[in-house]
Amino acid sequence: MTVHSKDSDLRTRCLRVLHAVAPDAEEVSLDPALPLRQQIDFDSMDQLNVALGLHREFGIDIPEQDYPKLASLDGMLDYLGQRGC
Amino acid sequence: MPALGADMEAGILTSWLVQPGASVSRGDVIATVETHKGIIDVEIFHDAVIERLLVETGTRVPVGQPIALLRDPPGARPAAALPSASSTPMPAQEAAAEPPEKSPAGRPRISPAARRRAAELGIDPSTLAGSQPDGTIRLADIGQAAHRASPAADPRAQMRGVIAAAMARSKREIPHYYLATTIPMDAALDWLATRNAAVTIEQRIVPTLLFVRATALALGSFPDFSGAYTDGRHAPAPEVHVGVAIALRGGGLVAPALRHTATRSLDELAPAFLDLVNRVRSGRVRSSEVEGAMITVTSLGAQGVETVFPVIYPPQVAIVGFGAVHAQPWADGGMIGSRRVVHASLAADHRVSDGHRGALFLQKISRLLQEPDQL
Repeated sequence: MTVHSKDSDLRTRCLRVLHAVAPDAEEVSLDPALPLRQQIDFDSMDQLNVALGLHREFGIDIPEQDYPKLASLDGMLDYLGQRGC
Repeated sequence: MPALGADMEAGILTSWLVQPGASVSRGDVIATVETHKGIIDVEIFHDAVIERLLVETGTRVPVGQPIALLRDPPGARPAAALPSASSTPMPAQEAAAEPPEKSPAGRPRISPAARRRAAELGIDPSTLAGSQPDGTIRLADIGQAAHRASPAADPRAQMRGVIAAAMARSKREIPHYYLATTIPMDAALDWLATRNAAVTIEQRIVPTLLFVRATALALGSFPDFSGAYTDGRHAPAPEVHVGVAIALRGGGLVAPALRHTATRSLDELAPAFLDLVNRVRSGRVRSSEVEGAMITVTSLGAQGVETVFPVIYPPQVAIVGFGAVHAQPWADGGMIGSRRVVHASLAADHRVSDGHRGALFLQKISRLLQEPDQL
């Protein structure tokens, strides 16, 4: 698997988790650099559900103090990359 | 067909989850019903054996119409009851023994509940024919008439209509008074961070649940803020089920009950709350949750709101609002420091309680949030 396809795979899985929690999170309309809260309806239960979804998808534990790193799509991808996903 | 909320007139029976001959216990889900609040799991309220199903799936059934015949379980004392009655008395519900109002010649006989409902919906009872053998108009007849008047409304418009009716009634009938306070949250948030670091993700608690919990516990010594006000009388709630206002994606709002909010532990409530929010947002909620709330908590902090000015959900008598947790300068012992705080606000029914009691109630909530070990 090339680096590029690994990245796009990560992105696809990440968006799937996000979409399951917030169906209004469409890739086309989402600015990956901007916080999700500024773009879609996103509250603390959604945050919890995203952490839970990523945990189930990637098998990693996400401590609560890491939530700020998951604020945007880019942040989420960086974080998952650093966690070896 | 149970009244799944005071505002429901009819529901579509979407599936049966039991067959004739099945033994069911109190709390079992026996059917699903579609209403403007989504698909609702209908629970049964006592142990029984299903004798016969009276309604086919896909049928629209007015509130109050029997949907199944029950037999007492073997060995039980005889009790004649149908699963059509809801567990909590709601204002629009019709007591079986409620006598129809006496009618002067030429005017239709109509039960008091039906008359109230007709007035709310702007329906003239004299244009209706009652379904009872003696021509009396019952609540179900009003429901059918309302449905004929507005067939197949789309669910979103229907929900908007329901919210409109409830809130208009609230502002028309309930003399609200409002109180607000600022609650220091550092102790609670530190406690929460430590706790959440030690549990699985499903077990994590969001601050909103702490607000719900503190409200539930505070009600223990303030029964005048829970229960229902109907027919000029306040009936305090025997057990605390706190309603939680949950915004739906794409608009709309429901406030189902997180059941047994005071008697279950926070560890039990955490996964239950996550489950409730997720089911409501995917359009799936239980009948006991729809009709069971005794007070409502609304938390609007996610989008940075500082203070909420809530509107009571009738027939409830109080609602507590919480804004965003935020840092602000705080004077303590002659020093200025930075504290994380939340603005809590109470709207309560002045027919039931006064500002002084409201202040004590709010203070109790504040104290509980500052001593999170008590939650």
